[in-house]
Amino acid sequence: MADIASGNRQVESGSAKVSPAQGPQKPFSVRHQPGFTFIAIACFFMLYAPMFALVTYSFNAGSNLAIWEGFSLRWYVTAWHNEQVQEATIRSVIVATFASLSATTLATMAALGTTRTGSFRGITVIYAMVNQPLMVPEIVTGVALLTFFAIIKQATDYHGLGYLILAHTAFCIPFAYLPIRARLENMDLTLETAAADLYATPWRTFKRVTLPLLWPGILAGLMLAFVISLDDVVITEFVKSAGQDTLPTYMLGQLRRVITPEINAISTVLLAVSVAIVTIFFFLSRIKRTS
Amino acid sequence: MAVQTSFNKDAADPPTTPQSQQANRVKRSWLLSTPALVVLFIGASGPLLIVLLYSFLQAGDYGGVEWAWSIDGWVKVFLSRDIFDDTLSIADAHVTILWRSMRLSFLTTMIALLLGFPTAYFIATRPMRTRSLWLFLITIPFWTNLLIRTFAILEVIRNQGVINSFLMGMGFTEEPIQMLYTDFAIMVGMAYVYLPLMVLPIYASMEKLDFRLVEAGYDLYATRFRVLRKIIFPLVKPGVVAGSILVFIPSLGAYVTPRVLGGGKHMMLGNLIELQFGQGRNWPLGAALSITLLALVMAALIVYVGTVQKQDRGHG
Repeated sequence: MADIASGNRQVESGSAKVSPAQGPQKPFSVRHQPGFTFIAIACFFMLYAPMFALVTYSFNAGSNLAIWEGFSLRWYVTAWHNEQVQEATIRSVIVATFASLSATTLATMAALGTTRTGSFRGITVIYAMVNQPLMVPEIVTGVALLTFFAIIKQATDYHGLGYLILAHTAFCIPFAYLPIRARLENMDLTLETAAADLYATPWRTFKRVTLPLLWPGILAGLMLAFVISLDDVVITEFVKSAGQDTLPTYMLGQLRRVITPEINAISTVLLAVSVAIVTIFFFLSRIKRTS
Repeated sequence: MAVQTSFNKDAADPPTTPQSQQANRVKRSWLLSTPALVVLFIGASGPLLIVLLYSFLQAGDYGGVEWAWSIDGWVKVFLSRDIFDDTLSIADAHVTILWRSMRLSFLTTMIALLLGFPTAYFIATRPMRTRSLWLFLITIPFWTNLLIRTFAILEVIRNQGVINSFLMGMGFTEEPIQMLYTDFAIMVGMAYVYLPLMVLPIYASMEKLDFRLVEAGYDLYATRFRVLRKIIFPLVKPGVVAGSILVFIPSLGAYVTPRVLGGGKHMMLGNLIELQFGQGRNWPLGAALSITLLALVMAALIVYVGTVQKQDRGHG
């Protein structure tokens, strides 16, 4: 509406403002600001050009990052056969799967708990706790978990992946929580009331009415949590025991050595996975709005 | 499981008064939220208390802590003790790093604002159909790996990188320009990785902008710049403040970007903290530095909340 209104008036103001001396130029637009479009396009270029270069050089036949020596999949093959990369990939996927599933379950429950009640004392405490991982710098959480888990490791002698999964679950909760809560807040409560009026038990109402309506939100939360866990570097770097590299921490370690396009190849694959998941997320959130 | 029990509880004892109904709802809220809160306490908030405690203990000889009270960790944040005569002097290295963290975070925020504001404006003034596509293009880098984006910048600015190859190929310089491992590199890198965090909140404010107000300004013979300064900017200021905070806070605590682009010499606070828990083997100092960083972040957040409240009062 606003678009149409201002669009129409744009023409009016255009004819009023353009003086004949300037000749028949394009009409005066209230939305134009000099240089803004240029800066914006430059911004998009700057955001994508380095990544484009990174992807391009992953297909380089030579081992130099700056000199193009022809197309080849050589570095993808190298990465594929690199045992460290294989192990790190499997570890990353395991951690991200467990962490995103548990974070989404916990976040769904918390979202159900915080949207169906009017505000009460203590709800701000819940909000603060849930959003806390977004505010505290990762490096601080990282060293805090390092000290805490050092105590636990000494006491229990357990050195498994549990620590990583627990830490990832915690910082994934706010990312899973936000889309689920957004979905719940836009949901029509009358359907649930109707179900209750028709003698459905609360659990049945939840399973048959709430959950099917909430599903896109849960899926969106799950995918965001998965991507966040898969991409995490800092907290993983501090929490992991020796020999527990995930793909990002392995790459961080490699950056200290001589860099070959193998890192580009791994980056490209990770990039592709993230972009694919975010694209699905994007369309998922569009579909639910139109339906 | 908790879902089931809480729902059944509601059914078992039907509420009689609105008060008890509300009390039941509050109880249900807590029951449903508790599992998440427990995990968050164990895996995020709780360990911060250990860091606070450790900052007041003595450093162990090989990392870790000795269980004896000491304020040495805090003293060493700003002062250094001479190893021969025990006199205290200002710890130049730490002050330099602290100052660099604040300065680079501020400059990064300014660069992101200068680039992000026009970009958000550009997106907000696109027709509805293409707007979500532009928004999507901003969101994609936001969700992709920070390390990979930092690595992409590294390849562009290194001595054999894209820019230097281009400049030398065109004959502008003989020698490559040293950009990597400088403060400049860290700043560029952080502005690059955090730019979407500036654009998104400004766009959210800009989207609600009523362009009839802008038009009224032009009808009253305001120049483009005056309209921008007196009408558009004040209306989207909440988004600008939010975006600036969202860029400033992660910049202050940045670890990956300064490590990759700053090399060992150009450390920021995050790297100094890591050093104390690694090679430095001074956990209390590292803990004290972590609490310092946390305090700086909290201060920024308090300033932000204060600004938002002042704006609300101003409009109400």
